[in-house]
Amino acid sequence: MNATLRHAAWVLRGNPVTTLAAAGALAMIVVALLSPWITPFDPVASNVSNALQPPSWTHWAGTDQLGRDIFSRLIAAARLDLAIAASAVGLSFAAGAVIGSFCGYRGGRLDRAVGRMVDVLMAFPLFVLAMALVAALGNRVENIIIATAIINLPFYIRFARAEVNVRRNAGWVEAARAGGDGHASIVLRFLLPNILPNMAVQISLNLGWAILNAAGLSFLGLGVQAPTPEWGIMVAEGARFISTGQWWLVTFPGLALMLAVLCFNLLGDGLRDILDPRMRT
Amino acid sequence: MSGALLQVEDLHVSFSTRGGMVQAVRGLSLDIAPGGTLAIVGESGSGKSVTAYAVTQLLDKAGRIVRGRIRFRGQDITRAGAAQMKALRGAAISMVFQSPRTALNPIRSIGRQIMDAVGAHQALPRAALRARALELLEAVRIPAARFDAYPEELSGGMCQRVMIAMAIACDPALLIADEPTTGLDVTTQKAVMDLLTRLIAERRMSLILITHDLGLAARYCREVAVMQQGVVVERAPAGTLFARPQHPYTCKLVAASPTLTSTVADLVGGAAASLPPEGEGGAKRRKGDVAMDSVPVLSTESVRASPFRPCGAPSPSGGRNEGPLLEAHNLVKRYAGATAVGDVSLDLRRGESLGVVGESGSGKSTLSRLVCRLIDPDGGRILFDGHDIGAVAARDFHAAPQRRDIQIVFQDPHDSLNPRFSAFDCIAHPLRRLLKPAENDMRRRVQESAERCGLSPDLLSRFPHQLSGGQKARVGIARAIAVAPRLLVLDEPTAALDVSVQAVVLKLLDDLRRDEGLAFLFVSHDLNVVRMMCDRIIVMRQGCVVEEGPGQEIFAAPKAAYTRELLAAIPHVEPEPALAG
Repeated sequence: MNATLRHAAWVLRGNPVTTLAAAGALAMIVVALLSPWITPFDPVASNVSNALQPPSWTHWAGTDQLGRDIFSRLIAAARLDLAIAASAVGLSFAAGAVIGSFCGYRGGRLDRAVGRMVDVLMAFPLFVLAMALVAALGNRVENIIIATAIINLPFYIRFARAEVNVRRNAGWVEAARAGGDGHASIVLRFLLPNILPNMAVQISLNLGWAILNAAGLSFLGLGVQAPTPEWGIMVAEGARFISTGQWWLVTFPGLALMLAVLCFNLLGDGLRDILDPRMRT
Repeated sequence: MSGALLQVEDLHVSFSTRGGMVQAVRGLSLDIAPGGTLAIVGESGSGKSVTAYAVTQLLDKAGRIVRGRIRFRGQDITRAGAAQMKALRGAAISMVFQSPRTALNPIRSIGRQIMDAVGAHQALPRAALRARALELLEAVRIPAARFDAYPEELSGGMCQRVMIAMAIACDPALLIADEPTTGLDVTTQKAVMDLLTRLIAERRMSLILITHDLGLAARYCREVAVMQQGVVVERAPAGTLFARPQHPYTCKLVAASPTLTSTVADLVGGAAASLPPEGEGGAKRRKGDVAMDSVPVLSTESVRASPFRPCGAPSPSGGRNEGPLLEAHNLVKRYAGATAVGDVSLDLRRGESLGVVGESGSGKSTLSRLVCRLIDPDGGRILFDGHDIGAVAARDFHAAPQRRDIQIVFQDPHDSLNPRFSAFDCIAHPLRRLLKPAENDMRRRVQESAERCGLSPDLLSRFPHQLSGGQKARVGIARAIAVAPRLLVLDEPTAALDVSVQAVVLKLLDDLRRDEGLAFLFVSHDLNVVRMMCDRIIVMRQGCVVEEGPGQEIFAAPKAAYTRELLAAIPHVEPEPALAG
C-alpha cells in the first residue's frame, strides 16, 4: 500500500496537470458531500427584494431572479449532479464490465449477438436516446440515472470486451485453469482485476460526460425540476437574463460544469499511470 | 590498431530512468579487423545490444554515450551528426535485428523493401533497382517469384533472409547482427547462419554477431568477446575461449551451456555436482555457487536438506497399481481444419521423465495442453492412473479430482503469472482452489513450496514485474508443485531464460523429480536439454511422432532422417576452431 502511495506521489509530481485535476475533482467531491452544511445561504430560500444582485462580498456569485444566493445553489447542485453522474457511471461500469468480460472471454455466438446489440444502441444519437428514455420513464432522478447508465453501457461493454480479448490467451489464464479455476472464476478473479486500471480511465472520462449529460437533460426540462438546485436548470433559467445584462446567472453554473468535466477528464489520464502496476518498480 | 575497421575505446553508455542514471555499458573496448568475425556474447542486461546501438547511434532518447570513442575506418564517429550517420548506416555499417517480422514493413512487398534499401544510398533508375533487388533475393536464396510477397506470407526464416538481403544491399563493410536467429527453429537457424556467414565471407565484410548462445558464437565466429555488466570480461579466439576460459564468468557461462555430453550437474558448475551429505546441517555450506540469479536464493542443495516435503498429503486418488501413470492413445487435435496433433500415442510411468522434442508447429505444445486437459482432443483417449480423464470435458476438468495431479509449468515465466497477484498469491491460489487448506496450513505449504524452489521468503510479497526472469520461473514451478502433483507437464520451461538461469532451473527440476518422484512430460525444442532431463524422448514433426526411444539411443544413433537433421543443426560449444571464414 505504501508503495502504491509512493508511486502515486511520484506520478503526480511528474504530472502537474493531473495533480491539479485530481485536486479539483477531490475538492468538488468534498464540497458535494458537505454541501448541506457549508452553504452560506439556504439554496432554495427566495428573497425577492434582493433579486438579481451582481456578485458581491455577501453573495459571491450574485443572486438570481428570486433573490436566491447563486453560490449556495452551485454548492448544493454539485451534490446532486455528482451523485447522478457517479451512480449512472457506477451502474454502467458494473454491468458493462461483467457483460463485456464474459463476451470477450467466451467469444463465439454470444459475443457476436451482444456486439450487434451494442452497435444498434450506439447507432442512436445517444443524447436523444437519453431524452426519449427520460420522457418515457418519467421525470425522476432515478430515471435520469438509468438513462445515463444505458447510454454509457455500450462503451463499457466494448472496452471490457477488447481488454479481456487480448488477455484471454495469456499464460496466467491457462495457469489459472490448471490451478483449478473454472471459466467464471477466471473472468471474475483474474481478468476483471487486470482490466480495472484501464477501465478506471474510462470511468473518469465518463464521469465528466455523465455530468454534462445530466445537466443537459435538466436544461431541456427533462430532468430535475425547477426549484431544486441543479447546474443544468440554473443555466436554463439564467439564460433568460443574458440579454438584460445579468450575466452571472448563467456564467457561474456554466463555469462549474466546465470545471467538473475538465477535472474528471484530465484525471482520467493520470489515473491510468497510477493504477498500472507495471509502471511501479 | 590503425588497421581496425571498427574500434571502440572505453565506451560508457548511460540511460536516464526513474531510478536515476543506469550505466548499461561501462568502459567497453573492442575492435574488429576488415573481414573479421566477432561474436559478442552475454546474458540479458549485459549491454551487448546497447553497444551495437551506440555504434550505429540508434540509441533511444534516454540513452547517451557518456564517454569513450568510436572510430570507423580511423574516423571518429562518436559524435557524428545525423547526416553523417545516415550516409554510413546501410552503406558502410548495417544491422540485422532480432524478430525479423516486426523489423519488416508489413504493408510493403519484400521486393520493394529491398529496392528501398538499395535506393537509399544509390540513385539508380527503377529498373536497375529492381534488377539489384532480384540479385539480392537470389543471394539469400529466395526465389524471384516471391518478389511481390508480403512479410506475413513468409516464414520467420525467410523474413530474416530478406532482412539480410536489405542489410547487404549497399555492400557495407560491417554487418552487425543482433540476435539474428533468436526465436527461429534450430534447422532454420542453421540455414540462416550458414547463409549469413557465407555472404560475409564472399563479400569480405566484417561481422559482429550479438548473441546469448555460446554455441552459435563458437560455430560462426572466429573471435568471441564475453560481456558481463557492461564490460568485456574476456576476449579470445573461439576455440581457445571454450577450451580454456580464463575469466570466472566465462567459465560459468561455458559450463552452463548444454553440450552433447553434459549432465544437469555439469551445468551448474563443479560445486553443485558433488552433493553434500543429506541432512546433518550441511544446508548452507555452498551457497552462491549455484545461485547465479541476481538475488540471494537458497542453493538447490540447501533446499534438498530441508526437512519438509512440500505438501506431503497423499493424493486423493493415490492408487498403488503399477500400470503406467499416463497413457494417451491416438490423440488427435485439429484447428480449423489443420491438424495440430495427428494420432499420437504415448505412455509414461510413475516418476519417469518423457521428453517431447520438435520445432515450432510440430504440435508439441498442443500435445502438452491435451495431456494437461486444458483443451479437448478431437479423438483418442487419455488415461491417468487408470482413469479415463479424456472423458471429462476440459471446461469441467478444473473440478475433477485429477486436476491437482497434473500440473503445468509454462514457457514464458513472465506471461504465466497474473500481474495483479503477488508471488505468494500466485502460488497460493491453486492451493486454495484445489486443496482448500486452512489458512495457516496454506501459508506453510506456500512457504515450503517456495523454499523448495529456492525462492527466499521476502520475495513472496513481490509482484511479478518486480521479479527477475529466473525468479518468475521459480514462482511458476513453486505454483505447480505446491499442490503435490504426480505429473508435471513442462512446456519449454527454460526457453525464455538465460543459460546460467536455465542451468539452475534445470537442476532444480531434476532434483524435484528425484526427490518427489514426479513424472515429467518435458516439452522442448532444445534437444540437449531434453537429453539431460529425460529418460525417453519422442521426436515430433507436423503433429506426428517420427521417432521414439531412450534419450541416449536417439542421440547416439538417430533412426529418422529428421532427427539427424535436428541433431546436426544444434550449435554446440566445442573446443575446436570455428568453421566460419
